Amino acid sequence: MSSDQVLRIDRIRCDGHGLCAEMLPELVRLDDWGYPIIAPGPVPKHLLAHAQKAVAGCPVLALALARGTKTPR
Amino acid sequence: MSGRLRLLAGPDLAAGAESLNSHVQRLGPLPSTGKALVEVIERSGLTGRGGAGFPVGRKWRFVASHGGATMVIVNGAEGEPQSMKDRVLMATRPHLVLDGALVAARGVAAKQVAIVVGEGHTQAYAAIAAALAQRPEPVLRQARLLGAPARYVAGESSAIAHFVGEGVARPTSRPPSPHQSGLLIQNVETLGHVALIARYGADWFRSNPTVLVTAAGAVTAPGVLEVTQQTSVREVFGLAGGGPRPIKSVLFGGYFGAWSHADGAWDLPIEPAALRERGLTLGCGVVGFLHDAGCGVCETARIMRYLATESSAQCGPCFFGLRALADATGRIAERGTNPDDLARLRRWSEEIGGRGACRHPDGAVMFLRSALDVFGTDFANHPPHWRAKVA
Repeated sequence: MSSDQVLRIDRIRCDGHGLCAEMLPELVRLDDWGYPIIAPGPVPKHLLAHAQKAVAGCPVLALALARGTKTPR
Repeated sequence: MSGRLRLLAGPDLAAGAESLNSHVQRLGPLPSTGKALVEVIERSGLTGRGGAGFPVGRKWRFVASHGGATMVIVNGAEGEPQSMKDRVLMATRPHLVLDGALVAARGVAAKQVAIVVGEGHTQAYAAIAAALAQRPEPVLRQARLLGAPARYVAGESSAIAHFVGEGVARPTSRPPSPHQSGLLIQNVETLGHVALIARYGADWFRSNPTVLVTAAGAVTAPGVLEVTQQTSVREVFGLAGGGPRPIKSVLFGGYFGAWSHADGAWDLPIEPAALRERGLTLGCGVVGFLHDAGCGVCETARIMRYLATESSAQCGPCFFGLRALADATGRIAERGTNPDDLARLRRWSEEIGGRGACRHPDGAVMFLRSALDVFGTDFANHPPHWRAKVA
């Protein structure tokens, strides 16, 4: 089951600390320079709590959960 | 076909900026349009000429229905290195641009106008400044004229808004987009068409839409042409004086565009729908020609290097990714092909797009993917050379 939330990254804020990929490897992987690549589509319900933790864990507040079903740019 | 149909009709372009007197005598006075013009622009089907091709009427409707606009920003940054058309229009027909800005401001009830001209475009800047001083309308007399830094991304709409608001010509994160913040940003050519539509109506525009193109590369007379959208690439080549050698490939839309084989593109009209069918767009109107002795790989490497250095260095995937793409393309161009770099180019060009605050990385990887497509065999068999610039 998918939720009605998507992960959104403020690309200007993101500095590639990579905590999101550690805390939520199901949905976030890192590119060759350490910046996150988000799996497309809404966050599955069973991962929502983990996604919220990853959002709270981002040291520069670049990661957010937003209402929607399509991954924003 | 004259190459100067509507926007550029009138006195010789070499004569410089047309005066207000001559402008009004030739085209008649600007009618006193108001908010009703939004509907006319919608009906005209005019699309933005800055590169993205967004329907102008829809943008105005959006801005007008979301609390109205506070400011119309005239975008004459023209950061695309091969494009000349915006600066030519501003330098020769400044009052057409100002007319467009004025009726746009009336259309969306904006009280302010700001005009942004690219720093290097000195003739265009001088022409707009002189034209502003001739205008009696309060909103134009109070208009701000700014010189934007000569950077590629400085013309991106959120960067323009950032620059006018805070003096920093770098893109910002969305949302909110500039249009959600009450700013109506339009390219100067778009506003030139708006000025004519305000005078002659939507049906007149629809009957034969024209577009400013910059013919670049291996042509005898590179420069700006105004042609109808039914004009074929072959005709653009002819109007630009033809060239010394047969053409091998065509670059549509400049550095933010895509390559195409010449044989497939030669008879294509430069019209949005026909181009879209081939996965192409005219973008900012550059049609670049590469002749049969040119090297597509070296040309692509040069452009990728430029795009990488023009990243505003705010988003990691763009700053690091484009540099890595430029390095890998450059290695192939300089030292010869190698399978590792080819594989990296393919993987990175899939990963980097869509991961910046603005579309700079998207455009760069789209351009590179078209190059890998069109020059696929050249990329796979490229000898270690870096040819002198040929086109």
